[in-house]
Amino acid sequence: MTNELVKNAAGRMVPVEINGKPAVPFMGVGKYHPQGNRYAPRIPSNMDYPADGNKLVPSLKEALIRAGLRDGMTISTHHHFREGDLVANMVFDCASELGIKNLCWFPSASFSCHAYLLKYLDDGTISHIEGSMNGPLGRYCSEGKMRKTAVLRSHGGRYQAIQDGDVKIDIAVIGAGCADAFGNANGVNGPSASGLLGFAVADAQYANQVIVVTDNLVPFPCIPWQIQGNYVDFTVKVDRVGIPEKIVSGTTEVTRSPDRLLIAEMTAQFCDVTGIIHDGFSFQAGAGGTALSVGNFFADIMRKKGIKARFARGGSNKYLVQMLEENLVEYILDGQTFDLEGVRSIRDNPRHVMTSPFTSYNYHSKGNFAGMVDVVILGATEVDLNFNANVVSHSDGYLLHGIGGWQNCLFGKTVILPVPLFRDRIPVIRDEVTTLCGPGELIDVIITERGIAINPLRTDLLEKVRGSGLPVKTLRQLKEEAEAICGIPQKPLFTDKIVAAIKWVDGTVIDVVKQVKSEK
Amino acid sequence: MEFTAGNHGAGVRSDCFVRLIPTPDQDLCIDLKSKVGSMYSESIRDLCRNVLKFFGVEQVKLELDDSGALPFTIAARLEAVITKHIQTDKEYLLPMLPQNLYSTARDMDRVTRLYLPGNNPKLMINAGIYGSHGIILDLEDSVAPEKKYEARFLVRNALRSVDFHGAERMVRINQLPAGLEDLKFCIPHGVHLILIPKCEHATQVLQTDQKISEILGRKNDAIHLMPIIENAAGVMNAYEIARASENVVALAIGLEDYTADIGTQRTPEGKETFFARSMVVNAARAANIQPIDSVFPDIDDMEALKRNVLESKALGFAGMGCIHPRQVPVIHENFLPDEADTLKAKRIVAAFEKAKKDGFGVVALDSKMIDLPVVNRALRTIERAVRAGRIPKDWRDTYDQ
Repeated sequence: MTNELVKNAAGRMVPVEINGKPAVPFMGVGKYHPQGNRYAPRIPSNMDYPADGNKLVPSLKEALIRAGLRDGMTISTHHHFREGDLVANMVFDCASELGIKNLCWFPSASFSCHAYLLKYLDDGTISHIEGSMNGPLGRYCSEGKMRKTAVLRSHGGRYQAIQDGDVKIDIAVIGAGCADAFGNANGVNGPSASGLLGFAVADAQYANQVIVVTDNLVPFPCIPWQIQGNYVDFTVKVDRVGIPEKIVSGTTEVTRSPDRLLIAEMTAQFCDVTGIIHDGFSFQAGAGGTALSVGNFFADIMRKKGIKARFARGGSNKYLVQMLEENLVEYILDGQTFDLEGVRSIRDNPRHVMTSPFTSYNYHSKGNFAGMVDVVILGATEVDLNFNANVVSHSDGYLLHGIGGWQNCLFGKTVILPVPLFRDRIPVIRDEVTTLCGPGELIDVIITERGIAINPLRTDLLEKVRGSGLPVKTLRQLKEEAEAICGIPQKPLFTDKIVAAIKWVDGTVIDVVKQVKSEK
Repeated sequence: MEFTAGNHGAGVRSDCFVRLIPTPDQDLCIDLKSKVGSMYSESIRDLCRNVLKFFGVEQVKLELDDSGALPFTIAARLEAVITKHIQTDKEYLLPMLPQNLYSTARDMDRVTRLYLPGNNPKLMINAGIYGSHGIILDLEDSVAPEKKYEARFLVRNALRSVDFHGAERMVRINQLPAGLEDLKFCIPHGVHLILIPKCEHATQVLQTDQKISEILGRKNDAIHLMPIIENAAGVMNAYEIARASENVVALAIGLEDYTADIGTQRTPEGKETFFARSMVVNAARAANIQPIDSVFPDIDDMEALKRNVLESKALGFAGMGCIHPRQVPVIHENFLPDEADTLKAKRIVAAFEKAKKDGFGVVALDSKMIDLPVVNRALRTIERAVRAGRIPKDWRDTYDQ
């Protein structure tokens, strides 16, 4: 493997080869323009499948054997069950029992429950992960223990990577709350109902072999078919695909922290005085506690003004559902369902609509929804003086979060990052972000409990807040304020070893993560 | 033998736990475990060495378990363990923040004052951003008995090092006589107001005032006092307490202890406290100081808080305590002058100014005579409404009688 590094358009040194495959350095937003045809999956023919449509096999292990599982393959799973996911762990248990090695795990996201897989990373069953690095897996990767380089992509970037053949999925295992023997599947019914299955759509279309796993097998037809059985090779019934109470993950409650509530309230005020909140507007708020409370403050303002939003992009949850049912929001275009109220709503309410990374975020499509949203509220671990932001690693250099839809949402009309000025003692605004995930030119507003910074490119917003009484400051002022309180941090130490690559939405490499040098 | 101070464990943030073990004949050893070590380990070690050196302590082992504490907290925890280990009169003082050097007016608005437990640094750091008129660093009921000693150092350091964004800086000392000892840790460090808890007699106010004068080295002309009435005896002596010293600027009531003292419980209707609240309002108003209501204990029920505030305002109180930052806007919103209040005040002021211009010595409005105190109160109402952004500063330009 070559160790050649080049400076990309964001000024970061990135490799031209990752895990033996060529990689394109980031060229700037909207600059990389690949030509040719998309990657195509193999041609299946009906004669190879049971005429009666019954694709059931007795166990997941047998399905994996019949799908041709062998060393070095790429296996995908999905995060619809979040912290309650049992599917990914079962898949690699089977692989381990079969003595398979060197697999690439290609999840749409990972969670702390997948710390279970550390033993398979240790023993070489899994060589590396291309997906998100949450919690213990991120720590493992940051300490340089993974055998190959991890690759992190956004939800849209994952679709893009599948479509242009950057990642060729050998076997996709799709866990579903409900399925029939033909392979039609949805996430809205059954004990492990999780909402929609949008993250598995690309995998169903492009993977060489597709396995649907459910604990709730129903007679044909499984309605709605969020995943069409026509893409599916095998179906498996197991005892449990998920742990229902953990499918509703902890990040989906409104924050009770007074600091965060204040930041959320300031965010809503900002959107109000700048006219972003107007009749027929659209918004997207993430799953974090702060973002959820922003939605609640939006609702208060809309009620007071007697206006409504045309649509809200989900992650949906009980708060957004309440707004839909109160008719403050006309449509929820949902990418992920975070709680049982969300599941009920998407099942029963025709104005609560399933989307996938294809419709919302994908790069290789004829447009997507991301750019149509008036305002998106996102989180970040760090922001630098040029409005560049980091969402995957902490200031100590450890990789602890995935990108999710974050990069894709940056294409919204106004992008706001409500963040605390410091977490414990760690300042959020830095001279330079530890890991670059989003270029500053796409990030418009940083809202902290001690002031609001507006990207100088957004002269319109700067004009609108004049005289509003909102505490507008520069990022430098905010950084100095934080450092006066916390002290100026020393820089974390890294080795030269690249442990992960961060892809931009177009598949180019925007930054890398290096191995953390442990403290002496 | 070992000495400890501070907090650690699950849920503890922005604090640290320090253990000091004397190790005669051995060099200093610092064992640092920090959540923010990759970014601050060097500066934390430097601070530890500086503090130890300042007190001339060398032969010890220092264990520090840090959950992201700021320097003012680390220094306070270190000083607490060191002064348990050695007898000293020295104090390790961090520089006073220049923006903390301000004073507060006797009759400033005290609509909200936010209580902060005196041994919890996490809640202190951002306390100033919520816009409460006062911030109370509490050494009394919110600090466990075994933590009282270390809390004094933390409160002292917070007074010097934390920016409370212009709020009136208050300390609730312990019940006398222990509370008199607390004064040394706050009077020289930029405190504006001392809350005297469980005040029953005017003598307690005088003792506090005298001790403050002693520390200042002159008759107290700088530090305001706010006695808190918390039992039946205090209620009966409220007027004497209110007039005990010219430094008393407000009289507060604490209803949790009061209801226990008279052998009952607080109810939502509050009939059982009506007498005491009225006594405090009357005593304070008679002494020309501010009557301040008790805290509202349910931090989740904002509707009930609002009802409580409106009742409190109707009884004649000038403000109340807050135990959570989210209560601040609700209390401001409902305590500050509403539309009817400001309209009436505008009419009074306009009539007064017109009479002055026309050379009349007597002001009349709607056939009623208006005295100067009424005009002054109306002016204060308008000032408060302007400060709260409810009416423009130049309201006269658009005012049309």
